[in-house]
Amino acid sequence: MVSLALGRRSAAAASGRPSPFRLLVANRLSALGLAVLVAIAALAVLTPLLPLPDPDVTDPAQRLLRPGAEGALLGTDHLGRDILSRLLWGTRVSILVGLSATAIAALAGSLIGLVAGYAGGATDSVLMRGIDLVMAFPYILLALGIVAVLGPGLLNALYAIAIVNVPFFARNIRGITLGLARREFVDAARLSGASHPAVLFGEVLPNVLPTIVVTMSTTVGWMILETAGLSFLGLGAQPPQADLGSMLGEGRKLLFTAPHVSVIPGLMIFALVMSINLVGDGIRDVLDPRLKSGALAAPGAATAVRRDTIPDAPAPGPVLAVDGLRTEFRTGDRVYKAVGGVDLTLAPGERVGLVGESGSGKSVTALSLLRLVPTPPGTITGGRVTIGGDDQLAASDEALRRLRGGRVAYVFQDPLTTLHPLFTVGDQVMEAVRAHQPLSARAARARAIELLERVQIPSAAARFDAYPHELSGGMRQRVCIAMALANDPELIVADEPTTALDVTVQAQVLKLLRSLSEERGSAVLFITHDFGVVSELCDRVAVMYAGRIVEIGPTAEVLAAPAHPYTAKLIDCVPVLGQPERRLDAIEGLPPAVDRLPEGCAFAERCPFAEARCRDGDISLDNLSGDPLSGDPLSGDRAARCVKPLWGEA
Amino acid sequence: MSWALEAEGLTRTFGGGRTLLGRRRPAVHAVQGADLAVREGETLGVVGESGCGKSTLARMLVGLDRPTEGTISIGGQDTAEPARGDRRALARRVQYVFQDPVASLNPRKTIRQTLEAPMRRLLGLDAAARRQRLAELMAAVSLREEFLDRYPHEFSGGQAQRIGIARALAADARVIVLDEPVSALDVSVQAQVLNLLDRLKREFGLTYVFISHDLSVIESVCDRVAVMYFGRIVELGTARELFARPRHPYTALLMRSAPTPGGRRIEAEAEPAELPDPLNPPAGCAFASRCPRADATCRDRRPPLEPNGGSLAACWHPLDATAPAGADLGDHG
Repeated sequence: MVSLALGRRSAAAASGRPSPFRLLVANRLSALGLAVLVAIAALAVLTPLLPLPDPDVTDPAQRLLRPGAEGALLGTDHLGRDILSRLLWGTRVSILVGLSATAIAALAGSLIGLVAGYAGGATDSVLMRGIDLVMAFPYILLALGIVAVLGPGLLNALYAIAIVNVPFFARNIRGITLGLARREFVDAARLSGASHPAVLFGEVLPNVLPTIVVTMSTTVGWMILETAGLSFLGLGAQPPQADLGSMLGEGRKLLFTAPHVSVIPGLMIFALVMSINLVGDGIRDVLDPRLKSGALAAPGAATAVRRDTIPDAPAPGPVLAVDGLRTEFRTGDRVYKAVGGVDLTLAPGERVGLVGESGSGKSVTALSLLRLVPTPPGTITGGRVTIGGDDQLAASDEALRRLRGGRVAYVFQDPLTTLHPLFTVGDQVMEAVRAHQPLSARAARARAIELLERVQIPSAAARFDAYPHELSGGMRQRVCIAMALANDPELIVADEPTTALDVTVQAQVLKLLRSLSEERGSAVLFITHDFGVVSELCDRVAVMYAGRIVEIGPTAEVLAAPAHPYTAKLIDCVPVLGQPERRLDAIEGLPPAVDRLPEGCAFAERCPFAEARCRDGDISLDNLSGDPLSGDPLSGDRAARCVKPLWGEA
Repeated sequence: MSWALEAEGLTRTFGGGRTLLGRRRPAVHAVQGADLAVREGETLGVVGESGCGKSTLARMLVGLDRPTEGTISIGGQDTAEPARGDRRALARRVQYVFQDPVASLNPRKTIRQTLEAPMRRLLGLDAAARRQRLAELMAAVSLREEFLDRYPHEFSGGQAQRIGIARALAADARVIVLDEPVSALDVSVQAQVLNLLDRLKREFGLTYVFISHDLSVIESVCDRVAVMYFGRIVELGTARELFARPRHPYTALLMRSAPTPGGRRIEAEAEPAELPDPLNPPAGCAFASRCPRADATCRDRRPPLEPNGGSLAACWHPLDATAPAGADLGDHG
């Protein structure tokens, strides 16, 4: 079982992440369990070869010898049988029975779970009600009942324990299968001509297998314990056969006169079950994707900051001044430079668009402003973020908490995941208000309704008591905007707030954001991949590529005459409504991985104008002179990170 | 010119019927009475917002879902009948490209295993023929052959979608239904995939049904376009005509809502846009509650899809065919 889990060819190992086996051993408890388990298993395997006396030969003359006696290392029992020999042979039996019972339970249970989860409907109901029936009895009672019907004996005990554990597998596997059976790759396999059994065993089963392995590894210990329990009661192994449970049962009567007869098998059961469970937990941690993704690592309240040098404080005035911000992610021995030195300022009331493709670092930049990037794995390694005159990268957790949702508010992409499903939207807006203002419940409620009205939610007082799932996507996003407005923020950071919305709803949300920002004078940092949206809302636009801003300037100017080849290409590769004849100028290739950034310009590989000096040294974000539209010299509010911009002098 | 795909009166209802106790179960009509016909070699676009039934329509066309009513015929053959007996015959004629390219690939299978499945199961090719066809397919979608032995998580979204397209081509189907094939992709990759689709169509003489929520993508790739709203086709016409002179107020609204870089300001409805309750659909036009031109007729009687100028539109008060796009909305009724 262990080898099955570890033997799977792993591409992860090749990509620098530790292999599953190394992860398992890195867990100290699991490593200890593995060592004990391997030792016990080796002994059990070698038992027939060891020079041991026959475990079943009685010798009343030598009865109840203490451990350490000559010829009987662990002593003898009440019939004079060698305990060491009986212990090793008994361990063999217990492990064998435990493994066989697990295998039978896993096979039957997984099969039921797979079929029920995949077929659904009536099949699912019938199978799962049957499973419920088995689960309705306390398991030990059921096992006793089964053995009582079949008659005592090791094999019957094995069947009983397997049957009792079938529901455990069936329910687990059904849950996983249910999710997988509705996935797109299952539809794809059906369209490739696969029959139902082929889909179930060829497509679904390989994805369920890790769960089966995890479930087996966490239950096999239990099964051994249960076998021992039945044997202890005299329903499992029959004399003279040795089995850990029956040895314990026989020694029970002599607990005070000859404790070693029962203590030794007891210790063996303990060591065996404990080591199996430790290894099982380790395997679960390694194989369970949710645990692997770091769900167990609780991030701190703020991103860790490790800066060598701190840039000087900027001139007062801007709402937000970002200077040389760098954020890195560390996994294994890789360092992903998600944000590689971003400079950006926002004047009061200004709306700036941050445009880029996925992986360009635009969202990480937005989250880094208030240190919302989870640590681990994120670390801010450089720069300065000045909000309200203070360097927020040096602020205390308490100061950050006051700032978050106070002077600076966030609106995220998916309102369904940002709103809590179990609280009404009114409560959530109220909470946003009261987190920063000492208002009574009544006053906060009035304020919340006022906020909901301000984001144009019809009959706001009635919707106050609605739960997020009762609202449409557009309405939910309005609620999120209302929460962002709760404390009249100076800066709203909106991370793709309209990407998940329909186009007619997007139009309304954009209009709302613009009018709110104009009314209140809030600055907006708007993160998006869509130049159309930027052009609709933003005064200035910054284009990000591979963690850095490559071009920045007034929106209309940048769109009309981009200076950086990437900006130009990014504009040209999007179809524009009303221009169907336009040939889409695709950018060939992919952005570089941010853990292996090339020397020089990150876009050089894909750039049609690249030459030798583009791949040499660090290229700075330089102001451009000259107006592309009129030819006039310009105030210098456009800049590009390019040695040979498409116009103007760098 | 013959029809590659025809659908008549296509309807899909979810729920409905009665419970054990005879109580009526609520029914949602995801698609209602859709008539579609796609010419050979044509790209038909289906555009609409979430909940309009476009994905349900797509799934019915490829046999992943069965229509409650209506017929589909592909290449002149009714698919309802063979689909019952032989799903494989249908899969040889029509294939599907999924929205989420990574989710549509089994994470535990190599690309080779994924691409060989349709060749083996649908075409019955032997190992040598499969090897040759794999090489052709990978060349067709511009991927290196060494990718064949990798697993899906090693690919970017754009590469995964090329693999999804290669799988659709593997069975040698002539009709391909593409359900939002580029909306999960980055814009720069989106253009690569759109250009690839265009080239494959010309090389292999394919027919596309292209489903998307993005009007600009639809306009740039489609010959004809069907606009869906609340389960029904509300306007159908050539892309040129429909986008130049939309007849249905909903089409006009969609066009005015789409932001264009450096373009005119978008317009937004004053009232928050809400779809009608699907459990309690309105008697008349579903768009009437949002439509500035709506009157009593619109609320009482459902408009049929009728010829209007060069397009078909389901509207009692269609927009003037002579006016430019979206000009006269709002000054009526």
